[in-house]
Amino acid sequence: MRTITLRGGEFLLREVEPAQVFTPEDFTSEDLLLAQAAEEFVRGEVQPRNEAIEKQEEGLTVRLLKKAGELGLLGADLPEAFGGLELPKTTSTLIAEKMSLQASFAVSWGAHVGIGTLPILFFGTPEQKQKYLPRLAKGELIAAFALSEANCGSDPLSARTKATLAPDGKHYLLNGEKMWTTNAGWADLFIVFAKVDGEKFTAFIVERGFPGVSVGREEHKMGIKGSSTRRVILDNAQVPVENVLHEIGKGHHVAFGVLNIGRFKLAAAALGGSKEALTIATRYAKERQQFGQPIANFGLIKHKLAEMATQIYALESTVYRTAGMLDEVFHGIDPLAPDANAQYREADEEYPVECAILKVFGSEVLDYVADETVQIHGGFGYTEEFHAAQIYRDSRINRIFEGTNEINRLLMLDQLMRRALKGKLPGLMEAAQAIRAELNQPQMPTPDPIDPLEAIGKYIVNAKKAILMTAGMAVEQVGTELEEKQEIVAHLADCLIQLYAMESVWLRTRKLQQKGLDITIPLAMTRVFAYEAFDTIEAHARRALHAFAEGDMLQILLAALKRYTRRTSEVNTMALRRQIADYVLQHERAWMAGGK
Amino acid sequence: MKILVTVKRVPDPYAKVVPNTAGTDIAREGLQWAINPFDEIALEEAIRIKEAGKANEIVAVSIGGDECQEQLRTALAMGADRAVLIQITEWLDPTSIAHVLTRIYQREQPQLILMGKQAIDTDDNQVGQMLAALLDLPQATFASKIHIENGTATVERETDAGIETIRVPLPAIITADLRLNQPRYVALTGIVRARSKPLEVLPLAELGIAPQVRVRLLAVERPPARQAGKRVADVRELVRLLKEEARVI
Ligand SMILES: Cc1cc2nc3c(=O)[nH]c(=O)nc-3n(C[C@H](O)[C@H](O)[C@H](O)COP(=O)(O)OP(=O)(O)OC[C@H]3O[C@@H](n4cnc5c(N)ncnc54)[C@H](O)[C@@H]3O)c2cc1C
Repeated sequence: MRTITLRGGEFLLREVEPAQVFTPEDFTSEDLLLAQAAEEFVRGEVQPRNEAIEKQEEGLTVRLLKKAGELGLLGADLPEAFGGLELPKTTSTLIAEKMSLQASFAVSWGAHVGIGTLPILFFGTPEQKQKYLPRLAKGELIAAFALSEANCGSDPLSARTKATLAPDGKHYLLNGEKMWTTNAGWADLFIVFAKVDGEKFTAFIVERGFPGVSVGREEHKMGIKGSSTRRVILDNAQVPVENVLHEIGKGHHVAFGVLNIGRFKLAAAALGGSKEALTIATRYAKERQQFGQPIANFGLIKHKLAEMATQIYALESTVYRTAGMLDEVFHGIDPLAPDANAQYREADEEYPVECAILKVFGSEVLDYVADETVQIHGGFGYTEEFHAAQIYRDSRINRIFEGTNEINRLLMLDQLMRRALKGKLPGLMEAAQAIRAELNQPQMPTPDPIDPLEAIGKYIVNAKKAILMTAGMAVEQVGTELEEKQEIVAHLADCLIQLYAMESVWLRTRKLQQKGLDITIPLAMTRVFAYEAFDTIEAHARRALHAFAEGDMLQILLAALKRYTRRTSEVNTMALRRQIADYVLQHERAWMAGGK
Repeated sequence: MKILVTVKRVPDPYAKVVPNTAGTDIAREGLQWAINPFDEIALEEAIRIKEAGKANEIVAVSIGGDECQEQLRTALAMGADRAVLIQITEWLDPTSIAHVLTRIYQREQPQLILMGKQAIDTDDNQVGQMLAALLDLPQATFASKIHIENGTATVERETDAGIETIRVPLPAIITADLRLNQPRYVALTGIVRARSKPLEVLPLAELGIAPQVRVRLLAVERPPARQAGKRVADVRELVRLLKEEARVI
């Protein structure tokens, strides 16, 4: 086992030092050059063709994907041995962020490089990898992932698509219909999930040209209209036995395995989209005049711009911190080692909680930013004359696919408990015990530190205790019924999301400070975000307690919660937000560290 | 054939450039930087000449601070084979830059020097011409088309009177105009490959030259703000104001 700073879920139990987390300010000049190359491609080739992409002009997206392949933009996560660039996850995440400035293309690209390609890298045989990966890296083949069916989306294991071994023993015959397959219109390769003999859930690599494979018509979607979404129809589709991916009956490893990275990358894409929207909203706010002045002068517009920038800073801190953690577990895997797949799986299964947090947080930040972008545009935002409407339509899918946000919220607590039971989250029980012991001791409230970052540090430690206390009591009191009492689980999920983001922001700002960079704006954003996150955590925990406890027990638990959520300092968020808004208005973009 | 290409670091053409508070320079804090677009065109042309089998080495040279390594890395990623940074600590005027380049020329002995016709930061449009004069080499400026054959370059240049075609024997200095080509996107594969390409850093002193700077930057200020518009009652008043106030008729 490699040494890693924090195991999956461990952020709830332990503190780390700023030097131990990755932040965007840690990128090398080569990383920035790679990102710039990606951005120039998207700004030069993709964005100018927005209208044609949205109309799904024949062959256009495939041409763009192939061109991206020539430039190396499809191979960031792939090993050099299979035609990739073998970049660290931090760098490939930055590239993903830049590739996401046109939402439809981002989805087509993301489905290809992520859920389309990674199953083969993580689960394929050496022959399957040699055969497909180099061509996927170049864009000679475009990939898709066909898991969902009309009757099973959130519950994919109930798939009806069947596979039976043909009498010749050399083929499986697949029968069924997949729905919502991204890239289906132009994919050459599908990762298809079907049940062998109607029971054993299994993944297959299905080429478009195999007999019996066809696709349905395009769905008429609300947004990301330029991405292709179709059914994949399997009518006695002949799939050679050597195209079984991973073990028979272990399709769920493949399906859920790549979804972790997929969810994480979705957040990176949401970050790219959010930053672009903020720039568009800011420019409009500066141009649009009402009451004889630009609307950017009004406090409520400044509030919006500042809040968008703050949420973006929080998402960015969270995304890259997690990218750094993924790097720790993925780094150094020899892609040609005989046990490479086992190593990939082990790495991939480390952070399902963090990936689910990011999926939910990223898609909700983007939705907030998109919504306020429309609002800042007023009536014009409601027309297709301005880009704001498209941003709004395109944003909405992110809360639905890669597991709905409901499913991802439910998954967080579930995964934490599973990890604890498997011994992968050492210290959880001890931490819960320690809190209980602490609560039995009387405690004199101490005033909060004067230094704002120190005060926030104290709140983070206390928020962890408040969440552990609430979750621990919920598990104890509600027991197995917790699965049915989803509302409580969702409250706890919201606590985890806010905590993880709040801590990531705080760590990043402290790291900036330690590097001697100007933290005026980051500090303002950290204060705005952390105080509100702390309030949100308190409110969710309180509601959770009310949902399962009553009488004396409730009073005792509320008192315990109060002990951990009490604070003596306050912030003037109006003044802080105006300061943030002035930065955004001056630079017409989200905050980033100044040049040398 | 060896081609030498000059690569200057300039503010990104889309960046908002403002004076610093002291008015002694532009504000550099947080500014994005890029290869001078005309130099990028010159580099692209060099790469195309090499791809056509007419050159075997491209050397990119930059004169400036350590931060210019970023632009040289980009040049290597695009397709230059080697890069040289001449480190300077103080700003140099165009004549001095041309003098420094003569030393590079002597050191590298290229058959072709490709440069941007001007840098978009100071818009001097002088170095190529000065270098040609100092080296006593033929020059073809503002090239919009270049054809290399048997030791000669045939160059089309856009002038106000039309397209002029000139022929220069190599070695020569050619400066690139906007329509010469459209530079390629930097490939990620190119950036990764550039890791192993040599980038040499030479302090100016090692070239044995001490340039005499004759041009000094005195101040940087914003253009005067435009006056707010004014409503006039009728044409008569408009004409009067144009005569008396604006003094344009
Ligand atoms: C544009 C687009 C592209 C897509 N691309 C792909 C693709 O490439 N490959 C692929 O395999 N799939 C793809 N999907 C499918 C997508 O992943 C599913 O739509 C998604 O998982 C939700 O499934 P569903 O639509 O069946 O909704 P349902 O599962 O019917 O959910 C309906 C609602 O019920 C909620 N719900 C469901 N179960 C529970 C529960 N246990 N507890 C609480 N609430 C619950 C959901 O959160 C949701 O709010 C795509 C979908 C779209 C729209």
